[in-house]
Amino acid sequence: MEDLDDPIDGAHGRWVRLARARGESVPFTIDGIPVRGHAGQMLIAAILAVRPDFGCLPPDRRSRAGFCLIGLCQDCWVRLADGRRVRACTTPLEAGMAVRLDPSDESW
Amino acid sequence: MSSDPLVVIVGAGPAGMAAARTLVEGGLRPLVLEKGPTPGGRLWQRPATVDFERRLPGHDPDRAERGVSDFLGIVDRIDWYPGTTVLDATRDRLWALGSDGVIDQTPWDALLVATGALDRVVPLPGWTLAGVYTLGGAQAALKVHGCAVGRRVAFLGTGPLLWLAAAQHLAAGAEVALVADTSHRLGALPALPDLLSDPQRLALGLACFRIVRRAGVPIRLGVRAAIVEGNETVRAISVESRGGRRHFTCDAVAMGFGLVPQTQLLDLLDVPFDLVPTSGLWLPRTDRSGRTPVPRVYAAGDGARVLGGDAARLSGERAALAILEDLGRPTDPERVARLERELARQERFARGLARAFPFPAELEARTDDDTVVCRCEGVTAGAIASAVRTFGRHDVNAVKALTRCGMGRCQGRLCGPAAARIAARAAGVPLGEAGRLRAQPPIEPLPARARCMVTEPNG
Amino acid sequence: MNGARSRLRTEVAIVGGGLVGCSTALHLARRRVPCVLLEAERCGAHASGVNYGGVRQQGRALAELPLAGRARRIWGRLERLVGGDGEFRATGHLRLARDEAEAAALEGWIREAARYGVHGELLSREALRARFPWLGEGFAAGSFSADDGQANPRLVAPLFARAARSEGATILEGRTVVAIERAPPGFVLRAEPELELEARVLVNAAGAWGTRIARLLGEELPSEPIAPNMLVSEPLPFRIEPNLGMAGPGIYLRQVPDGSVIFGGGRGTVDLERRRCRPSFATSLATIGEACRVVPELARASIIRTWAGIEGRTPDDLPIIGPSPRMAGLFHAFGFSGHGFMLAPAVGAVLAELILDGHSATSLAGLEPARFAPGSAAAA
Ligand SMILES: Cc1cc2nc3c(=O)[nH]c(=O)nc-3n(C[C@H](O)[C@H](O)[C@H](O)COP(=O)(O)OP(=O)(O)OC[C@H]3O[C@@H](n4cnc5c(N)ncnc54)[C@H](O)[C@@H]3O)c2cc1C
Ligand code: FES
Repeated sequence: MEDLDDPIDGAHGRWVRLARARGESVPFTIDGIPVRGHAGQMLIAAILAVRPDFGCLPPDRRSRAGFCLIGLCQDCWVRLADGRRVRACTTPLEAGMAVRLDPSDESW
Repeated sequence: MSSDPLVVIVGAGPAGMAAARTLVEGGLRPLVLEKGPTPGGRLWQRPATVDFERRLPGHDPDRAERGVSDFLGIVDRIDWYPGTTVLDATRDRLWALGSDGVIDQTPWDALLVATGALDRVVPLPGWTLAGVYTLGGAQAALKVHGCAVGRRVAFLGTGPLLWLAAAQHLAAGAEVALVADTSHRLGALPALPDLLSDPQRLALGLACFRIVRRAGVPIRLGVRAAIVEGNETVRAISVESRGGRRHFTCDAVAMGFGLVPQTQLLDLLDVPFDLVPTSGLWLPRTDRSGRTPVPRVYAAGDGARVLGGDAARLSGERAALAILEDLGRPTDPERVARLERELARQERFARGLARAFPFPAELEARTDDDTVVCRCEGVTAGAIASAVRTFGRHDVNAVKALTRCGMGRCQGRLCGPAAARIAARAAGVPLGEAGRLRAQPPIEPLPARARCMVTEPNG
Repeated sequence: MNGARSRLRTEVAIVGGGLVGCSTALHLARRRVPCVLLEAERCGAHASGVNYGGVRQQGRALAELPLAGRARRIWGRLERLVGGDGEFRATGHLRLARDEAEAAALEGWIREAARYGVHGELLSREALRARFPWLGEGFAAGSFSADDGQANPRLVAPLFARAARSEGATILEGRTVVAIERAPPGFVLRAEPELELEARVLVNAAGAWGTRIARLLGEELPSEPIAPNMLVSEPLPFRIEPNLGMAGPGIYLRQVPDGSVIFGGGRGTVDLERRRCRPSFATSLATIGEACRVVPELARASIIRTWAGIEGRTPDDLPIIGPSPRMAGLFHAFGFSGHGFMLAPAVGAVLAELILDGHSATSLAGLEPARFAPGSAAAA
């Protein structure tokens, strides 16, 4: 099977692509590192193509990688650099999005 | 302008879409609110922006496209709000959050709730590790995003979706580590007469089973226990069945034990619920027409009773006719009768499924003390049992208050049924006495930054 | 038993299984006095179990301070009294003034309260900034009381009920008192389903339903039902140590170490007859807006739950506590007007003393029912 998404150095993606995505390839960043995804796909797919998880959330801070994918379990919230928090499985990827997963720069 | 009554439909899956079309035919202009960016719901969800080399079993993108474009064909005759999540409902108004972050409210004269269903999970050791997904989640990753949720995926649970999802993954070229079903093959025999009521769906089910078998994937039936292994992330799954306990290496698990209707809005509107003893779920009281005991409130599709995609469409149509009837509009009694006959057939098939794939109540009741039940708040089965014993309370809402189980971001959607089972068992009372977690607004997280367009005095 | 009512007899009957009723039962039982508590639903089902959880002396009417001081001492040793700390934490209470007039009010209160041994520290605009960097702009001053704090009402109410039971009090849940008759020297209570209870002394601890219970005996004590509206955020990194309140009207807010930010303000809706209340979405939105002005970074979070609780509010916003002015053996303790959680542990102690000793060292001046009795001096 063909891996169409470039993994970030040192990390690896969790999801494995099995079908060709139609959307055009667009740039975005994760913790400042430039990566690419497909326009129109949900953020969760774009992130997990190159990362194993979203990092941790309080209260128990276990590592998360989504669960239900239909916006109900709330296990996939991620921060954007503009201060927004979004649910990765219901938020479409947009070119230029800056995702922050690193908890060390987390205020609220 | 017109003073037609305002009918609001929440959810534009097959049920909501069918209802909208029927109401338009009946001369009304319904308001349709849908959380997703496009219509279609679970079954026909988009963006289906991926191309598979082979057809997936039970997945018909063309039919989905037709269903959706049918609906899009009437959007100029309805008020259509995609990207809109209803957060609260009272007897005279709804509050909803738009994708632009704006909160709005709408009055309503009749309300059809068609909010679909979520996979039912059983808390197992390791089920909160990254890499465990619901069956529906794994299926969405595949159908919508064209991805498998891992390099080697194990499927665990029971029900037609288990086999369908596994077969679809195989057809798409995914590596499947295992299919483990808590049901026994023999259980399917007595269910056969009911299952024969829909030969097409039965045939699809059997085809999926064959696909899994032919692919040489390990199959375990009658699974009595399962543990997801790993530290932070899934490394393996071990399952125990008659043949003993075995490990299977995998980096992802897709699990699901049937579906749970998303009934929070009906609950907020005071629709009464009844316990279904076979499944152990509380379901909103509705009749075949979709009417609830609360005047002007209707329910259809998986959000009321899980009968499947065709039934969802039919029940949406039926509920829309009930709305028209109740508004004193003419409806065709022949059509009503035909729909009810067809729904009765789907109910019969669903009974067969429930028999062939019974919910593994024992597995749920025997949840280890150390196992996390509430993944949002990290509450274990032991904490629940100990609260029950310490305070002599087994009502699941009291358990929630004492332990935080069900208080987290998902509002108890995932843990509610299991928490009730564990509480009832700890107290030694029948399941029904533990009750059900009550919904609280907002039924989905409300971003504090959301702006409100409504200015009015409090209260 | 074919429909026959069971009939019980006891020394003290308590109507209401909130914190007030349960702490009364606990203190009576500790002195080995037989008592029976009747609760319509479950102990802690209403205000006591679902309130905000603020435990503060700061900002209270002076008439409440003797009781509040005693309550504070009990909070500090809750573990010994009821076998659990109810997550009580002395985190301090920070009260915020928006303008100079409110700042002056805070300062005035600190001066007055000092006479009761209660301490507050006035903080300037700059001091607020330095000490609480997460605080929004626009506060003229604040006052901080280090002794105050917060607790988890969902735990405290059941802890008191359990402790009362284990000390020997009889607590009957699911029993709604529907009629009371004077049967000198005591009372006969009728409860549904099927129970008659005979008692020498009666304690009305029925919360928002207190006015109705009093009315069953022909006593008119005013209170109206209110439903304070509450919200909680998703868990966030822990930053807000103190319990926050406003000098003027407005929101109250605290964060628990688990991360949830709990806050409230405004009202939901209430139906006393059906014993139900409901948060109001419009109120919640207004409260969120205000909370984000107090703690701006809250705007990044999501609100995951709202609720309301039913409380009784009196015309002067002070509770009605003490003996009936007209009827020997009848005691009232209700109408806490939104701030009884903190007081309740002491209310039970004081009532037990009034019932058993005829007096208490803790002054109830200004809180007694007599202030509403027609013709009494206090009513003027
Ligand atoms: C995980 C899963 C996989 C399935 N796979 C298959 C399959 O492969 N083949 C098959 O034949 N059947 C499948 N089914 C069954 C079939 O999908 C359902 O029977 C059918 O889609 C139900 O239709 P519905 O309209 O009731 O619900 P849904 O299709 O789920 O639609 C409900 C809609 O309501 C929206 N909604 C929910 N809450 C709100 C709110 N508060 N505000 C606004 N909108 C809201 C949702 O976003 C959703 O779009 C599956 C079901 C599930 C749950
Ligand atoms: S994965 Fe469940 S809400 Fe996104």
